[in-house]
Amino acid sequence: MVRKKKCVAMLLAGGQGSRLYALTNKIAKPAVSFGGKYRIIDFPLSNCVNSGIDTVGVLTQYQPLLLNDYIGNGQPWDLDRAYGGVHILSPYQGKHSSDWYKGTANAIYQNLHFIRQFNPDYVLVLSGDHIYKMDYSRMINFHILKGADCTIAAIRVSLEEASRFGILNADENDVVYEFEEKPKKPKSTLASMGIYVFSAQKLYRYLEEDAAKEKSSNDFGKDVLPAMLAAGEKICAYLFEGYWKDVGTIQSLYDANMDLLGDTPKLNVSDASWKIQSRSPLSPPQYLAETAKVNNSIVLSGCEIFGTVENSILSSNVVVKKGACVRNSIVMEDVVIGEDSVIEYAIIDEHTDIGRRVKLGEVRETGKGIAVVGRDLTVADGAVIAGGAMIEKDEEGRA
Amino acid sequence: MKALGIVFSNIHDTNLPELVRMRTLASIPFGGRYRLIDFALSNMVNSGIDKVGVITKRNYRSLMDHVGSGKDWDLARKDGGLIILPPFGDRDSDGLYNSRLEALRSITGFLGHCDEDYVVMTDCDNVCRINYNDVIEFHRVNKADITLVYRRSLADEDNPVILETDGEHRVINLKYERKSEGENKVFANIYVLKRSLLMSLIMDSLSSNFAHFTTDLLGSNVRAMRIMGYEHKGYFAAITSMQRYYERNMDLLDEKNRHELFGDRSVFTKIRDSVPTKYGAGAVVKNSLIADGCVIEGTVVDSVIFRGVKVARGSVVKKSILMQDTVLGENVTMNCMITDKDVVVRDMRVLSGSENHPFYIPKGSMI
Repeated sequence: MVRKKKCVAMLLAGGQGSRLYALTNKIAKPAVSFGGKYRIIDFPLSNCVNSGIDTVGVLTQYQPLLLNDYIGNGQPWDLDRAYGGVHILSPYQGKHSSDWYKGTANAIYQNLHFIRQFNPDYVLVLSGDHIYKMDYSRMINFHILKGADCTIAAIRVSLEEASRFGILNADENDVVYEFEEKPKKPKSTLASMGIYVFSAQKLYRYLEEDAAKEKSSNDFGKDVLPAMLAAGEKICAYLFEGYWKDVGTIQSLYDANMDLLGDTPKLNVSDASWKIQSRSPLSPPQYLAETAKVNNSIVLSGCEIFGTVENSILSSNVVVKKGACVRNSIVMEDVVIGEDSVIEYAIIDEHTDIGRRVKLGEVRETGKGIAVVGRDLTVADGAVIAGGAMIEKDEEGRA
Repeated sequence: MKALGIVFSNIHDTNLPELVRMRTLASIPFGGRYRLIDFALSNMVNSGIDKVGVITKRNYRSLMDHVGSGKDWDLARKDGGLIILPPFGDRDSDGLYNSRLEALRSITGFLGHCDEDYVVMTDCDNVCRINYNDVIEFHRVNKADITLVYRRSLADEDNPVILETDGEHRVINLKYERKSEGENKVFANIYVLKRSLLMSLIMDSLSSNFAHFTTDLLGSNVRAMRIMGYEHKGYFAAITSMQRYYERNMDLLDEKNRHELFGDRSVFTKIRDSVPTKYGAGAVVKNSLIADGCVIEGTVVDSVIFRGVKVARGSVVKKSILMQDTVLGENVTMNCMITDKDVVVRDMRVLSGSENHPFYIPKGSMI
């Protein structure tokens, strides 16, 4: 018997995430901390496992160290499998050529041998920078029922937003007849989520043809899908209804985090039937002191809170000293907030020390936006950092 | 020099009859997210011991469920790792030991197959952070046959073993003593000795009819052997009764105790994949230890809250220990209570114990 998998997932995790600025100076976008406990990549990985897909290739390129460490052997997601499981696929040197991944399609093309060893019927292509809960098995069933060669997951967006997305124009049978990449005058509001199911043989064929074209930018949205459409292949749109957020910008990352708060959060990670798995921190339980005030917030283990925390998300091992106040903010792991400091509408990245009496950020309604402090920094006592500011490490490691 | 770890999971079960009704002493929940055995295992792993035998007797399903393959303690190894040693019955007996000495007799086969020079033996009712490398070094420098770890304490616990030492840390007497005056050197139930010596002591004990390892066998050998006492400084919790269990959990609300116990080294435990803890808009939490996966919408003061606990709006929890997945309805009042796992308390209930007699609610109760 030839062993095979029904579906292999390929997770594009090489993106630099340049619009996250300081947060992705040292790490790839999918490794950015989310919701206190998670990293962005936990969502697509958990979706795969929950959808019954146990073979995932993770394509890394930009700053892969932390991401590779985090994924490890895949055990937290139950992806340490004897046949299948999670595989990190980094660019490699071949006998005749060696190259970085030039585009999304090229990254998959360079790893076709990985896909082929599982002899799958379908290949699922995912992005590592979206926050959502989605049952891919439904999408694959849709793909099979429609007899499609490629299926693209899509969401409805508002007409104003539509010009920021790749827009699909589809007929009443969900068959796509036209793509428009970021159209100025969108004809529909059906936006591509960057999630594709391909029938494996078609994917192989079009990726090989695309690789042979010299002028191609080797991108799924710009090159491969239009080529398939032009050749008359059946491309369908699968409408996804549910929470989905592209966390490619500081604002959208912030908003998605805040969607976890409240009595009935927009994004529910407590659903036992669709668990989001992650590598758990090994810290003692959190301690809230006599002087602590914590309201409408998420707080992880290892935190020690002596001050005030409101409408905020605190990752593991964060210390909020006496008199300090954290409001409407996201604080990532191992951050210390010194006495009497006030943090308002800000994101503080991992391993950063905020001194005493620091004033970071401005009130959300009236200020100049989200203040961001990068990782491994020390902010001096008494510093005042305006809203919208971006503090990151320079070459010598000074703030 | 390599050392082998031996953990006694059931010794002293009788001290906490309520808590061990459905589990071993080793698997009693402690400190918000741990089980007692986590401290014993973590001390060993953090001291570089990567082969640990866990001796069990009864009710050990919860323990097996907790430790699994040993992976979460980095003890799932090709060679060594975590080895559960259940009772070994044969034609003549059911293998259920009645004392430490009998337990050790039942694992002589296992001990014989190991190749480590030293054995570190510990019980699970001693919660502390100790580096066994320091104890083994002390053992070697002092050319000891056996090293016993002790701490200075008022002997106010049940059945403490008190050590008497001379000026050179040599143990000259071991005895059970209750309510002894002043500060004593109380044995911490941690032993270090050569594996070969342990095996020969077990063999010899067969002919001498001793029942107890510590008081009989070691007690009668204080002259013949060089038994040394190693003092453990720093936080130490002896879980010797329900009252002590309550007090020692509450100890962790003190920053000094907490930092001494956890320090900068990890205490490993089973990964539960809880979601983060969420505080509602009306939450008031003061001087409390809260684990992951909780939803706190009411008031929690001076308490230890385990993983997955829910405290609904209007409820007030004071000086209590709520174990895993306890669910409190709305407007519940809890004072000096200990709830075991999966307890549900309905709306409006008022439950109260007192600080010197906390009230315990068994696993799975619905109040």
